[in-house]
Amino acid sequence: MDVLLASSAEAFRLLFSGDAEIWEIVGISFRVSSLAILCAVPPALIIAFVLAYGNFFGRRLLISLFNTFLSIPAVVIGLTLFIVLSRQGPLGDFKLLFTQTAMGLGQFLLCLPILVCMVHVSLQAADRAAWETARTLGASRVRAFFTVIYEIRFGLMAALLAGYGRIISEVGASMMLGGNIAHYTRNIPTAIALETSKGAFAEGIALGMVLLFLAFLVNALLQYVQGKGSINP
Amino acid sequence: MLHRLSLLLVAILLTAPAVAGDVALRLATTTSTANTGLMDYLLPVFTRKTGLEVHLIAVGTGKALRLGQEGDVDIVLVHARAAEDKFVADGHGVDRADVMYNDFIIVGPDADTAGVNQSKTVAEVLQRIHQNELPFISRGDDSGTHKRELALWESAARTPGSSWYREVGQGMGKTLQIANEVDGYTMTDRGTWLAYQSKLDIRLLFEDDPPLFNPYGIIAVNPARHPDIDYDGASKLIRWMTSPEAQKMIGEFRIRGQQLFIPSARDSG
Repeated sequence: MDVLLASSAEAFRLLFSGDAEIWEIVGISFRVSSLAILCAVPPALIIAFVLAYGNFFGRRLLISLFNTFLSIPAVVIGLTLFIVLSRQGPLGDFKLLFTQTAMGLGQFLLCLPILVCMVHVSLQAADRAAWETARTLGASRVRAFFTVIYEIRFGLMAALLAGYGRIISEVGASMMLGGNIAHYTRNIPTAIALETSKGAFAEGIALGMVLLFLAFLVNALLQYVQGKGSINP
Repeated sequence: MLHRLSLLLVAILLTAPAVAGDVALRLATTTSTANTGLMDYLLPVFTRKTGLEVHLIAVGTGKALRLGQEGDVDIVLVHARAAEDKFVADGHGVDRADVMYNDFIIVGPDADTAGVNQSKTVAEVLQRIHQNELPFISRGDDSGTHKRELALWESAARTPGSSWYREVGQGMGKTLQIANEVDGYTMTDRGTWLAYQSKLDIRLLFEDDPPLFNPYGIIAVNPARHPDIDYDGASKLIRWMTSPEAQKMIGEFRIRGQQLFIPSARDSG
């Protein structure tokens, strides 16, 4: 119990004493994960749209595949990308291993299936009429696509939250691909793993609390973007 | 909503950094040098002297050597003499230099029913544990510490591997915690022990036998194998780590008032 009490105190001290190192770690976490999910949104929307509205051979197999990828362990993504990005791997010439880009790539691949599946489900649940009305009213396909996406904006928001939650808290792939380099690829989860391995449990838990606090802020922000979070007018 | 969303996007993009130019020297080293804070204490001085930034990647010795072999890092600092010699002999690394050593210790339950603390040598320690079939927790992760432990069993002429011998496949800190939970014995580096000691009931039972000394070597990745690694930077780091200045700093490094590493560079130049 002492550890938990001590770490709560430590968490508050870390957060509010303006500890530069902690804010740097928070910044790296936030920045890498935000860019990763931003890059994943456009392809995810397009894939989900094609899966929902398209009619082609192998569509259901693709849906099953994306659903399967929901449960892929992060370390498997990490290991696969590690092999691909290593200097001996096919993309070795880009020297991406142990960079923020490599971490971002891992997180991109981790959140893509979540976005695809959740957006796909939203599209399925939405009325196809939005598309047809927009088309009948003379909207281009692109314009109609955005109309449909607008219709499912709340589902999209939920998908973003779920995807962001997965990657901001993920340690396996970030550790492997980023290497937990101080001031560069050390994010909150890898810092927690490091503190734990050093036996500094209070700092580890404190960082965990920082992560929760950050997640709460992001949620609050999205809540504001989304509106009142109620279907009442 | 779209307006607010785009505001959010702009905010995120503004906080995004300019993509860092990747010119830092990449050093793969073991958790024992990184987690004790030794490298955080040494490297800023090196960076100030040379203007070279060092990216420190802390992994096990086996993984560090593998990263060097694949050309994913420029230089390695590890502790597994036999594996290091093979690394150089196989042409993966050049310019190996001794830097320092620390030591391993044997820890175990306070009751110490095997009488480990009365042993004269580490071989005797292992023979006593083996004979009494008391729980021994092994790293089991191919790390430098694990390799050393296996070599010690071999020189004690005992083969571990019954139900009392448990390979956990985890880092040193976790291994110590497991030993603590099951009242078992284990071999640990002194640095990790100092960091964990206050949280554990097991205690230090045996130390100070030469086979437990643990030398660290620094090796540049062979530029002939990987032409685009930073061999120049690696050479600078080797020269500095073996220089009188760094050697003095290593000798002065303390954790909880205790010296962890003993400098051992032969060529101080």
